[in-house]
Amino acid sequence: MTLAQSRIGDVVAIEAVEGERSFRRRLLELGLVPGTLVTFLGVAPLGDPLQLTVRGCQLSIRKSEALQIRVRVTEALGTSASLVPSAPVSA
Amino acid sequence: MHVVVVGNPNVGKTTLFNRLTGQNARVGNYPGITVERKVGTVKQLAAQGVPNEIVDVPGCYSLSSRSPEEQIALKSVLGMDGFQVPDLVVCVVDAGQLTRNLYLALQLAEFRVPLVIVINMIDEVPEKTIDASEISEIFGVPCLPVSARTGLGVDALRASIAAALKTPPRPRLAPKYDSELIRHVDRVAEAFPAAWRRNVEHDRALGLWALTSVEADDELEGIPSELRERVLEVHRETSGTTIDEAVITARYALLDDLEPRFYGKVPPKHERLATKRIDQVLLHPVFGFAIFIAIMLLVFQSLFAWSDPAISLIETAFGALATFVTELLPPSWFRDLVTEGVIGGVGNVVVFLPQILLLFLFIGVLEDSGYMARVAYLMDRVMRVLGLHGRAFVPMLSGFACAVPAILATRTMERQRDRLLTMLVVPLMTCSARLPVYTLIIAALFPPTDLFGALPVQGLLMVGMYLFSLLVSLIAAWVLGRTVVKGKSVPLILELPPYRLPRISTTLRMMWQRSSLFLKEAGSVIMVCTIVLWALLSFPKSADVASAAASPSPSHQIESADLHPTAIERSYGGQLGKLLEPAIEPLGFDWKIGVGIIGAFAAREVFVSTMGLVYGIGDMGDDDAPLRDQIRSATRPDGSPVYSPLTGLSLMVFFALACQCVSTLSVVRRETRSWRWPAFLFGYMTILAYAASFLVYQGGTLLGF
Repeated sequence: MTLAQSRIGDVVAIEAVEGERSFRRRLLELGLVPGTLVTFLGVAPLGDPLQLTVRGCQLSIRKSEALQIRVRVTEALGTSASLVPSAPVSA
Repeated sequence: MHVVVVGNPNVGKTTLFNRLTGQNARVGNYPGITVERKVGTVKQLAAQGVPNEIVDVPGCYSLSSRSPEEQIALKSVLGMDGFQVPDLVVCVVDAGQLTRNLYLALQLAEFRVPLVIVINMIDEVPEKTIDASEISEIFGVPCLPVSARTGLGVDALRASIAAALKTPPRPRLAPKYDSELIRHVDRVAEAFPAAWRRNVEHDRALGLWALTSVEADDELEGIPSELRERVLEVHRETSGTTIDEAVITARYALLDDLEPRFYGKVPPKHERLATKRIDQVLLHPVFGFAIFIAIMLLVFQSLFAWSDPAISLIETAFGALATFVTELLPPSWFRDLVTEGVIGGVGNVVVFLPQILLLFLFIGVLEDSGYMARVAYLMDRVMRVLGLHGRAFVPMLSGFACAVPAILATRTMERQRDRLLTMLVVPLMTCSARLPVYTLIIAALFPPTDLFGALPVQGLLMVGMYLFSLLVSLIAAWVLGRTVVKGKSVPLILELPPYRLPRISTTLRMMWQRSSLFLKEAGSVIMVCTIVLWALLSFPKSADVASAAASPSPSHQIESADLHPTAIERSYGGQLGKLLEPAIEPLGFDWKIGVGIIGAFAAREVFVSTMGLVYGIGDMGDDDAPLRDQIRSATRPDGSPVYSPLTGLSLMVFFALACQCVSTLSVVRRETRSWRWPAFLFGYMTILAYAASFLVYQGGTLLGF
């Protein structure tokens, strides 16, 4: 599924970022590489853009952009950045 | 010694930079680019006999680039293309977002530039969370925790910089890329010009940069064609997107792998609770929006309410100065040059200052606190309907005060296309310089009556002018966005930084520096125009007019023969007005208004004083009643009144849409680095103004008004 289809509160893992090259590159460089966990926090008043948390920072992208990010739902605890649990993370 | 400071946006680089340089930082521009360049000296080092220059490079997430603005970081860090080779690179990192921020540090490490890592905002994470010495060990360079806000660790940083300048620390960390990628990189490096080559690691890192930045249609500067060819060749074998992913995932894989070592015994909390809680309110779909509107109204209101007393003060002061000089010097053209030209000119500029200062202050506070990004977030959907970007909202709003700071505020937008579109539309917003014109016309030509017994006609007209300009600017944005300034829809990808209390001294200093820059640039232009205008209206002088002026004249005071209406008519300015007359007659204007319009080109409010001159009224001060009377009673040669409410409306519409502001054109020229766009701006607005005015006047006449 894509990021646009997740629900508020979901923690999802990036599978792939599609779309135009510089858009992809920017998202990848911001840390949205495959495997990274993203929390979907909410939307703006008119339903667009979306608010996310990635690697400890808050990002905002448009719905049309979120449609180009393929993710899968996870059941992670807390907001650890990568799928490989590093240090024990307190929730 | 040349030091360069880099880092992600919003990591407090500027605050740290100000701490290190103290009062001596200067703001300028990179040649040919409209990005601010801050240079200073680390004073303590200079005192110790280490002459140095430290440059604050604009924040960036990565060295990979798409445009000349984004290339600045790379050029500064490597000393390419005319930039000085730095003796040290200081990479500032946000303690609360370590891994993401260290992505940039890793790129720098790959280039093996002399590096010092600074972990800023250490006061925002729980104590002992971050193991700076371990990070130092990993990268092979000094790593210091500081808080630029409180000053914690800054002394140690200075010492570290001094030591690093003596013995440059070279990083030793680099990701392992697969051999196929290395092969591609080496092929690209072969195509480098000799000047670009240094050593194997540097060349490989630069090759990686080229592979992830150069494209067939990029806007990069200084890329030799052989290099571009070679990169595109490689891209044909392995697409650019595949390479991007391979490179960036390799880097993050390394960082994620090392991440546990960045943190000490106390595990990290990526939480930033305070920001989260505040955002729950401020970004709430209903309350957040309401609060946002309230804040914008407050800012807007204060902008006008707070600047009014200051503006009146300035006007009075300059009026007094002019009177003083008038009494001091004997009557002569020189005296007039000083009072009307120079003093008038400087006055026209300084009177802007209160609003400019306040505007820059508000914009600065919005930026530094982190709320500006939230504004862009809340307004993006609305702005996008018009083809604009969420970040265009604050510039557009600022346009209600003055287009010049509004245009400067577009620098927060990354893509040239968005900035350009906003710049072309902002001048249509009703800036405060148009208000004296509207006030004069409405008071002179429209009755102070009430519509339906309740709504004041005059008030309604004023509001109507605001709404009209807003409507036209939105339509213009929509049209221009699809035609002249077409471009790919630019992704939003906005970072919402944590809320921070802006440091007053930093914000005030920025406000002052930006305002001074404005004063110098726009100021000189306005002053020159005011003097030229004065000259146009004062020369040539005719002797026979003097006798005509000697006879008593009906309603107002004439101070000298020069102000006699006939003298104006015979001046160059008057002749220009007459020349213009046939063109503006269909709009309901005569040559006197023509002169006023020419005058308004310097600064719109000059229209009022020019009209005063044209009607032979000397110093009007704050009270334009004599001028209003003149306008009401002015008649054409055939006896019919020159000005009717319809003419007034047509004139207001003209002013609403015409680009009568040299300062705006001058700033647009500077920001777009070409004459093409200011010319286009002037052209399309003039056509729009003429057409609208024509429709109003002719249409109104047909309808019998």
